[in-house]
Amino acid sequence: MKRILIQDTNGNLRKELKDFMVALTTQLRDRGMGDVTQVVTVADIGVYQKGLVAKIFPEGFVYTGLGLGHIAEIIEKTVMNGIKVDALAFDKKDKQMRIVLRNCGRIDAESFDDYLLCNGYQGLVKALEMGQEKVIEEMKKSGLRGRGGAGFPTWMKWNITRGVTGDIKYIICNGDEGDPGAYMDRSVLEGDPHSVIEGLMIGGFATGASNGIFYIRAEYPLAVERIQKAIDLCYSKGLLGKNILGSSFNFDIEIRLGAGAFVCGEETALIASIEGLRGYPRPRPPFPSVKGLWGRPTVINNVETLANIPYILLHGGESFGKIGIEGSTGTKVFALTGKVRNSGLVEVPMGITLREIVFDIGGGVLNNRGIKAIQTGGPSGGVIPEQFFDTPVGYESLQKLGSIMGSGGMIVLDENDCMIDISKFYLGFCVDESCGKCAPCRIGGTQMLAILTRISEGKGEADDLKQLNEISVAMQKASLCGLGQTAPNPVVSTMKYFADEYKAHIFDKKCPSGKCASLVSYSILKEKCTGCGMCARICPVSAISGSRADKYTIDKAKCISCGQCFDVCKFGAVVRE
Amino acid sequence: MVVETLTEDVKKVVERWKDKEGNLIMVLHDVQDRYGYVPREAALEVSRQLNAPLARIYEVMTFYNYFRLQAPGKVNISVCLGTACYLKGAPDLIAEIRHILNVEEGKTTKDGKFHLQIVRCLGCCGLAPVITVDHKVYSAVKRSDVVNIIAEYANKDIDK
Repeated sequence: MKRILIQDTNGNLRKELKDFMVALTTQLRDRGMGDVTQVVTVADIGVYQKGLVAKIFPEGFVYTGLGLGHIAEIIEKTVMNGIKVDALAFDKKDKQMRIVLRNCGRIDAESFDDYLLCNGYQGLVKALEMGQEKVIEEMKKSGLRGRGGAGFPTWMKWNITRGVTGDIKYIICNGDEGDPGAYMDRSVLEGDPHSVIEGLMIGGFATGASNGIFYIRAEYPLAVERIQKAIDLCYSKGLLGKNILGSSFNFDIEIRLGAGAFVCGEETALIASIEGLRGYPRPRPPFPSVKGLWGRPTVINNVETLANIPYILLHGGESFGKIGIEGSTGTKVFALTGKVRNSGLVEVPMGITLREIVFDIGGGVLNNRGIKAIQTGGPSGGVIPEQFFDTPVGYESLQKLGSIMGSGGMIVLDENDCMIDISKFYLGFCVDESCGKCAPCRIGGTQMLAILTRISEGKGEADDLKQLNEISVAMQKASLCGLGQTAPNPVVSTMKYFADEYKAHIFDKKCPSGKCASLVSYSILKEKCTGCGMCARICPVSAISGSRADKYTIDKAKCISCGQCFDVCKFGAVVRE
Repeated sequence: MVVETLTEDVKKVVERWKDKEGNLIMVLHDVQDRYGYVPREAALEVSRQLNAPLARIYEVMTFYNYFRLQAPGKVNISVCLGTACYLKGAPDLIAEIRHILNVEEGKTTKDGKFHLQIVRCLGCCGLAPVITVDHKVYSAVKRSDVVNIIAEYANKDIDK
């Protein structure tokens, strides 16, 4: 059976796509391949800005820029003979390795049988045979660490909870993916829900938990729907409930929804939220592993962590441990976005360099601009400048650079991005999301944001850098939970690597990237202006006037420095200072 | 807002969750799914039926961004302000929408038709910048596209 997946993400292609589908199915039928070829549209193949994209299984060829004229050749060569059409092929050097995303996009996420065909629930079968201790032993060998941010070894978490006696224990899947710029958890929950359920069941078995809970963002309705369907299917097949697969293992799963609070990604706040309270974190210890939901031992694992687990059980901890580098084994899914040519989810073995991810997989920077930095770890992470792009990706190596792996956001920043602006963006996010319980986070964040805003408006003072540093240290040391402790990271790392940019804002009152509106001014060079008038037409405040003969000028009193004239001028006549 | 079935509606929701511990957030989710927001009358009813103080209901509702205390517009525009969208020009899109509709973030236009909302991350950063109008997703939106997107809905008769 052949399967042709056609990407349908971009609304602009809708008509073209429809025509293509019709022509393709007609021609397949004409060639007698209609019954053995399945044509489906999928939301995401992972290649963008390349026109119509299709992927053909079982070969896995990706073709881009497709038109009606290509159909005959594709059917003739690939569908009938399994040969690649080189002229259409999208060959990125494949440095990716799919473990977490192994089934995403390849199986029907709502089909139980599809998952079974991909060795589904075989990891669970194996776990039940091995017994608790051996499962944890296997996890230890794998070296798997939490993929949600902190990177705590999974086996250790499980082992602590297993060692605690309690009538009821809980295992929670943390699907409250709130980091702006990361969306791997959504993709796994939507694309391969059973793998997460299987991981949760194995974790439940190993720790002695009989209750599993999915905590999922309410903003992800499709993920909630698919997980619910998958849970229902498991109950109907006897995979959930009492005496699973004839063993003495009992396990139930229910879903609880998040309600839009970033802080609930933090373990103790998440627990409070499931208990129906405001998402306030609480001091640790006691750790949730010992005293968590309803005061009972509770394990919390991230979606991506759980999706790894069936694979580890099936292929052995040792073989998983060989992937990656010491201390950081396995793969990591990154959401590669920002100013990168091919944005999307990439899954790479640990130890790959940042340069390989951004340039070899991501295809480099959008519009061939210069790259300034890579931001990892979202609002809790930092920026990494170009001189460190050859660092192998791992938990410790990123931390050493002042950033973190985090949940896997990876944002490419180009020369037009201002570091003060980025810091302001992330800090603003944390200030918004601070729960307000502890003073360092509540007050410190607000004060830092005020200073940054001042700097971006050209009102910065020499003392500001020192103050930012002091508040950062106080927040890192004294905040109650991870949110406040890591909130200053984007500021600290930009101050470390881009000190010149801060100084330019504070002392010269200039924004080198031209992003901070109050620090830039625009003018038009008479000798370059062709008098086309594009700038005058786009100006939202009618600050530009002139004619073809007289050329155009900007009335500085009216100008709001939005920069639209700069972007629209094809002749380089608009200059920014 | 007065809905005759309010007591019944809330009863059904509470019935569904009554055996679960810590059910308040799930109850509020169901109420919001039913009305599009949590009207004060419904909050009072939840308070009565769960036998919980009203302050406890509002404490939770005001903490979580997802719960709305005011009725949404007939057409809801959400602009994603996640990192990828921010870098790729979402602030320009917001400015354009504000300019065209004369509405502030988090507010509804005077005629009650459009509601403009800023969201933190829709989780499809590969398509940045993204706008959703009700449940339809617009990807890689340019400032100049905004007027056409709004026009699609402005002329439509959307009185449900």
